[in-house]
Amino acid sequence: MKLLTTPRLDQCIGCHSCSLACARLVHRRLSWATAGIRIKSSGGLSTGFLAIRCLACEPAPCVAACPTGAFQQRKGGGVVVRKKLCIRCGKCVPACPVNAIYKNDLGEVFVCIHCGRCVEYCPQNCLEMREASEIEEVLL
Amino acid sequence: MKREHFRVLVYDLSAAGGQFVELDGRDQVAGGSGLAALLYMKYGHPDKPWHHEEQPLIFAIGPLTGLFPLMSKTVCAFRSSYHNEYTESHGGGRMAMALQFCNLDGLVIVGKARRLSCLTIGARELELKDVQFMSGMNADNTGKLLRRMHGKASGHRSILRIGPSGEIGSAMACINVDTYRHFGRMGGGASMGAKNLKGIVISGEGELELTAGKEYQKVFKEVYTQVTSTDMLRKYHNLGTAANLQTLNDIEALPWHNLQRTTHPEIGRVTGTAFADDTLLRNGACAGCPVGCIHIGYIRERAKVDNRYHYHQVAYDYEPIFAAGTMLGVTDTFGVLRILDEIEKVSLDAMSAGVALAWATEATERGLVSAKETLVPLAFGDVAGYQQAAVHLGRGSNEFYRLLGQGTLKAAKKYGGEEFGCVLGQEMAGYATGELFFAAQTLGFRHSHLDTGAYSYEQKHTEKDLQTSLDFLLKDEPGRAFLTSMVSCLFARSIYTDQQLQECLASVGYQTLAGSIEETAEYVRGLRWKVRSDTGFAPENFTVPKRFYAVKTWKGAVDGAYLDQIKSEYGKRIVELIASFQLKE
Repeated sequence: MKLLTTPRLDQCIGCHSCSLACARLVHRRLSWATAGIRIKSSGGLSTGFLAIRCLACEPAPCVAACPTGAFQQRKGGGVVVRKKLCIRCGKCVPACPVNAIYKNDLGEVFVCIHCGRCVEYCPQNCLEMREASEIEEVLL
Repeated sequence: MKREHFRVLVYDLSAAGGQFVELDGRDQVAGGSGLAALLYMKYGHPDKPWHHEEQPLIFAIGPLTGLFPLMSKTVCAFRSSYHNEYTESHGGGRMAMALQFCNLDGLVIVGKARRLSCLTIGARELELKDVQFMSGMNADNTGKLLRRMHGKASGHRSILRIGPSGEIGSAMACINVDTYRHFGRMGGGASMGAKNLKGIVISGEGELELTAGKEYQKVFKEVYTQVTSTDMLRKYHNLGTAANLQTLNDIEALPWHNLQRTTHPEIGRVTGTAFADDTLLRNGACAGCPVGCIHIGYIRERAKVDNRYHYHQVAYDYEPIFAAGTMLGVTDTFGVLRILDEIEKVSLDAMSAGVALAWATEATERGLVSAKETLVPLAFGDVAGYQQAAVHLGRGSNEFYRLLGQGTLKAAKKYGGEEFGCVLGQEMAGYATGELFFAAQTLGFRHSHLDTGAYSYEQKHTEKDLQTSLDFLLKDEPGRAFLTSMVSCLFARSIYTDQQLQECLASVGYQTLAGSIEETAEYVRGLRWKVRSDTGFAPENFTVPKRFYAVKTWKGAVDGAYLDQIKSEYGKRIVELIASFQLKE
C-alpha cells in the first residue's frame, strides 16, 4: 500500500495548492482547511512551512478512539474513512498524536486517506506516494 | 459556490461594530476593481478630504478568487493621501483567500477608532482590540506581536499592519500584508493611520461548498497545467522580476542616480542573477498561486562583540531593487537589502521612498538642501546614509522629511529642484522606456506601470505614431480592469485571455459575466474613472518634470514635443471617456 509522503517539504512555497486540491477533488468544497493535508507556516527559528498530515500509524489510535467504525485501520497504515458511519463525536481528533485530523464547525472530520490526488498539484514536487515498506524515515 | 450578490462587511470603527450587507451588481461590475468603485460610490464622500473619518477604506476580491490559480490578489481602494483623489492599490499574500473563507466579497472600514486599534475578522469572530501600546512600533515587531496576540489559524490568517509612517500620515506609507507583500502605492498606510487602525487580522478558517461540477475540475486542471508546466510564468519563479534589471539596463531604460543616466557599467553587481547568487534564501507564494514569485533574501549583521551575528529576511523584486539600488547608485546586493529592510520596518512604499531619497541626494549635490535638512549627509552609493534617511523619512523626523513624505514634488516646491523630481503622477516606476510610458504613468488610473502595458509596448516599438500609441493605451486598459476585477495577479495576463476567463467564469456558474466580458471590462474602466473624477481628477493636475525630457534611451533622446503631445491627447481621451460614461442603475 502506498502512503502520502512529504520528502521535499523544504521546497514548499506556501501556495496551499495541495490543500485546495484535496478539498476540491476529495471533499468537493473550496477550502484550505477541510483537507487531509494542511499547510502552516512554521515561523520561529526554522522558518518555512509544515504540512499537517496523517503519518499512517499502525495501529492507528484514531481508529481505537472511533466508537462507530467510521475510522477503520488501513492496511499499511492510516485509516479508511466511512463518512456515513460518522456521528461527529470528535473523539478521533484528540486521539491523533500529531493533530492531523481537522474538525470543522459542523463537527465533520477530515483526515488524509492517502489517495495521492494532491501530489500532482504541488508545483514544487514536495509530495510523493511511496510504498510503506520503502519509507526509511518519515520526513516532515 | 457562487455568490450572486456581493456579501460585504461594513465595519464602523467609531461604533466598534459591523454589519453584513448584500449588494446587487455582480453582473455589472464583477468584483475587485469594479466592486471597490461601486463601494466607494455607496460609502465614499467626494466632498470630504482623504483623512476624514467618514471616508471608507475598501478591500475587495473577485468571483474567481481561490477558485483558480493566481486569482490571489485583493484590491484596496481609498481616497489617496497622495493626491486626495480616489485610487486603488493591489496586494497579494493570504488576504484574498482569507476574505473568501470568511465568505466575504468586500470589506469596508469607516469611522475612526478612539485609540490605536486592531480589527480581527473571522468566520466566527469580529472584534476591535485596543493596541495603543503599539504606537510607533515598526511593521516587523507589529507583525510578531499580532501573531502572538492572535495565535489561532497560523497559516490560514492574513495580517495587515502599518508602521510609524502610516501613523504620521505619510503619503508614501504602505500597508504591509503578511510580511512580504504590500498595498504599496498611493499612501494606503496613511488611510489606516487616519482611522487609528494599526492592524487587521483576517482568519480564513471557513469553507465554501463547491457546487461546480466536472467542467470546473476540467477547466481548473487546464489552467493549472498552463501555469506550472509551460514556460509562460517560469521567469517569475526563476530569477523573478529582478531578471529585468539587466534587460532594462541593456536597452538604456533603467533609471540610475535619480535618472541622470539610464545605463551603467556596474549593472552586473545588481542583476537578478547577482541577487540570487548572493542573497536568495528561499521562495514564497501568495495563497492560491503555484508560481511562487516571492524572492526572499537575507542580510546578516555582526554584533559588536566576538563572532555574534543575527540575520534578517528581506524580500526583493525588480522595483524595490531599482528604487533602493540603481536609483540611489547602490550596487551592492546586501546594501540594497539593508536599505529595503529599513524601508520595510517603517512601512514605506519602497519605490516612493527610493525615488524621494534619490531626489534629496541630487538636491544635496546641488546645494539646495544640506545635512541641516537631511540630518545625515546623502551621497549616491552610501548605504549607511540611506538606511538612516529611510528611518527619518518613515518617522517624519523633521519638517523636511515630513514634507518629503507627502511627495517629492511637494518638498521640491519648497526647497527647489522640481525639475529633477522623478515623479509621474507619483514617484516613478523603474521604466525609463520613453515618451509613451512617461505619459501613461503620469495619467494612469493608479499611476502604476501596470495600468497599461506602455512600458512593455515601448520596448518593442520604436516608431512615433501618436494615434497608434494612444489607441494602444485606451484599448489595453479595460482588459486589465477586468482582470483586476476577478482579482487576478497581472503576472497571469498571458494565461487569462478573454476566452480563458469566459470558460473559468462559466464553469463556476457566472454565465452572464462569462458572456459579457468585453462590455463589463469597459464599464468597470469607466466607473473607476468616474469615481476618480468625482474626487477631483483632471489631467492638468499632473505634470511631467523636466528630468524626463532629458532622458536618453536606446532609441535616442526623448522627444519633448512628442511627450507633450501624447500626454495632452491621452488626457483628452480620458476626459472624453469620463464624460461619456453612463452609470447603470
